[in-house]
Amino acid sequence: MNNAGKEKMVTENAAIGNQAVGNQKDYKDLVFRTIFLLCALLSVLSVIAIITFVFTKGLKPFFGENAYSFSDFITGLKWDPGKEVYGIFYMIVGSIIATLGAIMLGVPIGLMTAVFIAEIAPKKMVAIIRPAIELLAGIPSVIYGAFGLGVIVQLIKKVSPTGQGESLLAVICVLTIMILPTIITLSESSLRAVPKSYREASYGLGASKIQTIFKSVVPAARSGILSATVLGIGRALGETMAVMMIAGNNIGGLPGSLWDKIRPLTSNISMEMSYASGRHQDMLFATGVVLFLFILVINLLLIKITSKVGAQGTKN
Amino acid sequence: MKRINLKKIFGLMLAFAMLFTLAACGSKDDSTNETTTSDDTEATGDLAGTVTITGSTSVEKILLDMADEFMAYNPDVTVNYTGTGSSAGIEDAIAGANDLGASSRALKEEETAEGLEAVEFAYDGIAIVVHPSNQLADLTMEDLLKIYSGEITNWSEVGGADENIVVVSREGASGTRGAFEELIGLEDIGLTENATVVEGNGNVQASVAGNENAIGYVSFSFIDETVKALTLEGIVANAENAKEGSYLLARPFLLTYKPENLTDVAKAFLEYVVTSDAQVFVEDHGGIRVD
Repeated sequence: MNNAGKEKMVTENAAIGNQAVGNQKDYKDLVFRTIFLLCALLSVLSVIAIITFVFTKGLKPFFGENAYSFSDFITGLKWDPGKEVYGIFYMIVGSIIATLGAIMLGVPIGLMTAVFIAEIAPKKMVAIIRPAIELLAGIPSVIYGAFGLGVIVQLIKKVSPTGQGESLLAVICVLTIMILPTIITLSESSLRAVPKSYREASYGLGASKIQTIFKSVVPAARSGILSATVLGIGRALGETMAVMMIAGNNIGGLPGSLWDKIRPLTSNISMEMSYASGRHQDMLFATGVVLFLFILVINLLLIKITSKVGAQGTKN
Repeated sequence: MKRINLKKIFGLMLAFAMLFTLAACGSKDDSTNETTTSDDTEATGDLAGTVTITGSTSVEKILLDMADEFMAYNPDVTVNYTGTGSSAGIEDAIAGANDLGASSRALKEEETAEGLEAVEFAYDGIAIVVHPSNQLADLTMEDLLKIYSGEITNWSEVGGADENIVVVSREGASGTRGAFEELIGLEDIGLTENATVVEGNGNVQASVAGNENAIGYVSFSFIDETVKALTLEGIVANAENAKEGSYLLARPFLLTYKPENLTDVAKAFLEYVVTSDAQVFVEDHGGIRVD
C-alpha cells in the first residue's frame, strides 16, 4: 500500500469516528434533556398536587349539604371545634400584626447589619459576624421556640400587666430574630452588587462615607432590599413551630395590645391536625387555603420586584 | 473522559432498574410466603390474624405495650394501633372500619344506641395543677368551672393571692380536653377566650411550672415536683379516689366494638387486656388498674 492510500483510509476512519461521536452526542443530549425535564416537572407536579389536595379538602366544608358559611369562617372571632364554631378572622389579624411587627423591627436592624458588613466593618470583624449570621439561619425553628419560651416569655411575664409571657410581643421578638438572617444576607449581596463607580462618584463630590452609604449605595440596592423584606414577610408568616410555643393560641378574640395572646394561622393547623377528623380537619385545611393565598400574594410580589431588578440591571 | 462518565451513568441507571425489578420480585415472593404460613397455623388451630385498633391517643402507650406482649404470646397475630382520637375510633367501630375502637371517654348515648359494647381496661384521672408557690390547696367543681369559663379571673376570688389567673387549656379535639370539659360541665358554656392553649399534657405541665399564676389540667402521670396538684372538693387526686369515683375528674379507658363484628382474635385481645399481666402496663404508664 502506498502512502496516499494509507492517508485516505485514515481520513475515512476519522470521518466514521466523527459521525459516531456525533450520534452519541445527540443521544447524550436527548437523555440529559429528558432528565432535566423530569426534574423540573417534579417541582411543578408537586405544587399542582399540593394545591389540588389542599384546595379540595379545604373548600369542601363550604359546599354541599350542611355547608358552613364561608363568611362566618373568614370573619369569625372564635375557634371552638367542639362546638362547631370555626372562625379565623382573629387568627388572620394576629398573623398579619405579628408579621408586620417583625418586619418593622427586623428590616432596619437587618439593613444596618448588612451595611455594616458590606461597607464599614474591617475584614476580621466580618469573619466573625458573617458565620454567626449563617449559624442563626441554620438553627431549627423548634430551638427558637424553646429559647422564646425559656427566655423571652419569662422576661415579658415580669413586665406584662396580664401576668403572662405568651403574647403577641413574644411572637414579634422571636420572629424578628428569625427573619434577620434572610434580610441580612440578601441585603448584603445587593449592597455588594452596587458598582464601585457609584461610591467613587459620591466621594468625588465630597460626600462622607455615611452620606455615600445612605444617599447612593442603599438607594441603588433598594430592589434587592425590598425583595429581602418580602422574603422576610414570607418566612415570618409561614413560621409555625416557634410561634406555636409562645403565642398563647387563644381560642377567640382580637388582640388589643402587645400583651394579648394571638393564634397564628400556622399554629392553628399544626396544633390540631394530628387529632382532628371530619369537618374539623377540613376546616384546618381551609385555614391552610387562606395561608396559601397569603403566601401566593407574597410570591407574586416577589416576582414583580425581582423582574424589576432584572430590568434595572440591563439599563445599567 | 466524558464517554467514561456517560457509561458510568448508564451503568448506574441500569443497576437501579435491575434493583427495582428484583425488589418487586422479592416482595411478591414474601407475600406468597406469608399467606402460606398463616394458612398453616390456622389449620393447627392456633390464634392467627390481625387486630386493627384505632382511636384515643391517650391510651397509646398502654395499648402498644399490651399489643407487644400479646403478639409475643401469639406469634401469628398482628395488632395494629393508629391514634386517631377517641371520637374517630368510636366512629370507626360503628362503621366497622376497625376491629376495636379505643376511647378515653365514656360512650355517649347515641353511640351505645348504635349497638356498641365496651370493655374498660383502665382508668385515668385528670389532675388540676398550679404552680408550687401557689398558696391555694383546694378548689370546688363550681369554682373550677367558673375559672375555665372566664367568670372568675383573679386568684383572690377563690381564696388566693390578688393576681390574674392564667388559664391553660389543651388544643381542640384533645381527648383530655374533651373529658375535662365534659366532667366539669364546660361543654355548653365554652372555654374562656382568654385561655392559653397548648399542645399535649407535657406542655401544660411546662406552662404551669413556668408561671406562678397559672392553672392547668393534666393526666395523673404528669404530676411531678414542678407543679402542685390541687384537691378537688377536698378529695386528693390519686388512683384510689379516681377508681372509687369520689374524685370527680376521672375517666375510663375503653375498647369498643360491635358484637356482630367481633373476630376471634379481637375477642382474645379483649380478654387479655383485663388480665393482671396486661394491667401491669396500665400501672407502668400512670393509669389506674381495673382489677
